Amino acid sequence: MPMTMSQKIIAAHCGRNSVSAGEIVMAEVDLVLGNDITSPVAIKEYAKINSPGVFDRRKIALVMDHFTPNKDIKAAEQCKFIRTFARANDIEHFYDVGEMGIEHALLPEKGLVGSGELIIGADSHTCTYGALAAFSTGVGSTDMAYAMASGKAWFKVPSAIRFVLKNKPGIWVSGKDIILHIIGSIGVNGALYKSMEFTGDGLAHLSMEDRLCMANMAIEAGAKNGIFEFDEKTAEFERAHRQKPSVVYKADDDAEYERTLEYDLSQIRPTVAFPHLPDNTRTIDEVGEVKLDQVVIGSCTNGRFEDLQTAAAILEGRRVHPDCRTLIIPATQKIYLQAMRAGLLEIFVNAGCAVSTPTCGPCLGGHMGILAKGERALATTNRNFVGRMGHPESEVYLASPAAAAASALAGKIASPESMAD
Amino acid sequence: MNASGKAIKYGNNIDTDVIIPARYLNTSDVTELASHCMEDLDRDFVSRVRPGDIIVAGANFGCGSSREHAPIAIKASGISCVIAADFARIFYRNAINIGLPIIECREAARDIADGDILEVDFNGGSITNLTANTVYKIKPFPPFLQNIILSGGLLAAADSGALNDGN
Ligand code: SF4
Repeated sequence: MPMTMSQKIIAAHCGRNSVSAGEIVMAEVDLVLGNDITSPVAIKEYAKINSPGVFDRRKIALVMDHFTPNKDIKAAEQCKFIRTFARANDIEHFYDVGEMGIEHALLPEKGLVGSGELIIGADSHTCTYGALAAFSTGVGSTDMAYAMASGKAWFKVPSAIRFVLKNKPGIWVSGKDIILHIIGSIGVNGALYKSMEFTGDGLAHLSMEDRLCMANMAIEAGAKNGIFEFDEKTAEFERAHRQKPSVVYKADDDAEYERTLEYDLSQIRPTVAFPHLPDNTRTIDEVGEVKLDQVVIGSCTNGRFEDLQTAAAILEGRRVHPDCRTLIIPATQKIYLQAMRAGLLEIFVNAGCAVSTPTCGPCLGGHMGILAKGERALATTNRNFVGRMGHPESEVYLASPAAAAASALAGKIASPESMAD
Repeated sequence: MNASGKAIKYGNNIDTDVIIPARYLNTSDVTELASHCMEDLDRDFVSRVRPGDIIVAGANFGCGSSREHAPIAIKASGISCVIAADFARIFYRNAINIGLPIIECREAARDIADGDILEVDFNGGSITNLTANTVYKIKPFPPFLQNIILSGGLLAAADSGALNDGN
């Protein structure tokens, strides 16, 4: 039975030679992830079952990233509850304030996820690790509870859409523009229940940051997972971040795909998603006059070092528009340190930006940059739903770090091309 | 298993951020979550909903964040079942895992109007619209999922040994 990349990884994790789309299987997981919002529900559920203990204290990651540093008393209580559980169960990968970063930036950086693995997380953007040729998907808190006890999760084996990426993108076109363009073309439910499998000669031009950003947003097309074919860049990243050898699953030549879609990366323009869905996209040439009250550069989508470098290159020696509050949030402590050493934080502060410790913060309207009624923000995050960053009558536009930096200077949505030296 | 109540109708792409806004996720108390259910989309939901009522929505219901607080809030608000053209996949599995009945039925999702009185017969596999006098067939869940639903959720199924490996 020919299989896709995703199907091969699932088969390998339920001890089968093959699986086919639509069947339901119980598979072993390599890592279970939870955050400060989803873990309390999972831990309460876990307490209800008669578990002799967690299945493996080294294969559970708990990351306190959403409402931390604790934004209020209730958030503090939630983190305390998780901290107590983590200590009682001797959870090896418990990341608290001072050590934590945004989960989906942190786990790859720490080498906790890698090629050929099957990872579940009680967070929808767990699909990020598909950039490393892993099968990785978001689940709920009950799934997390069950997996913490048993090391397993149930899956309906997905069918897949193959995305063949060709040619080299333009200089101001990043992974963010490409994935926004793709979501704009297939819609927010264009890959519902399915795997998005990325392949083609264009991959060679996409950095690991680009891929992490693209896999991160697979859920925004409704996908179960997004996965990139393993290549030299994956191998290089794994060598730098983890001790374990790479495990490579390639799709069979005759694997069945529901659709194959081709994208010529050289034709993609910087792209912006307008409110209130990620598929409501326009190219930068079509945005018109959109004044902004706030710009946010950060999140699990675009808070990595490369993203900050791009933003700094545009902001260096300039000042952001006085009417546009600009927040920069390095996604992890390591990125924060790298940015500090490279002088980026100084560039940001001199440009009039607020620089924050790692947190999800404004991305989900949690804290640190909430919008008032009628305000507009452009963010490098992944969702622009109604009320996502604050008041239900505020607006969020999604774009790349380059477009965000250019827009912060202009005080309205602007093309990075217009700001280049 | 049966459900009956009035339809509360919504459109396409109802995301979990409007079902339960993130600003309320600093708690996992079900009553508190239910008191903010649907707030950013429909301020009247909480005062309008009666035990047994049925949410009817379009495509991609429950898209976005994986927060299980969304189906929990819906269930705790008294909703007996959600009918949609289709569901976003994490919401789909969360609903099954916590024992909130959901039904995918494109025709019913399209035709049913807000306020219609509905009756769902899960065993017989039908939705009856008593107001419009129409009946829709519903597709049964695969046996593995049916087991979870009948046990009252994933953990209950695991505890009672009803969760065979599916392999
Ligand atoms: S940065 Fe935003 S999308 Fe990413 S995990 Fe945090 S809240 Fe979720």
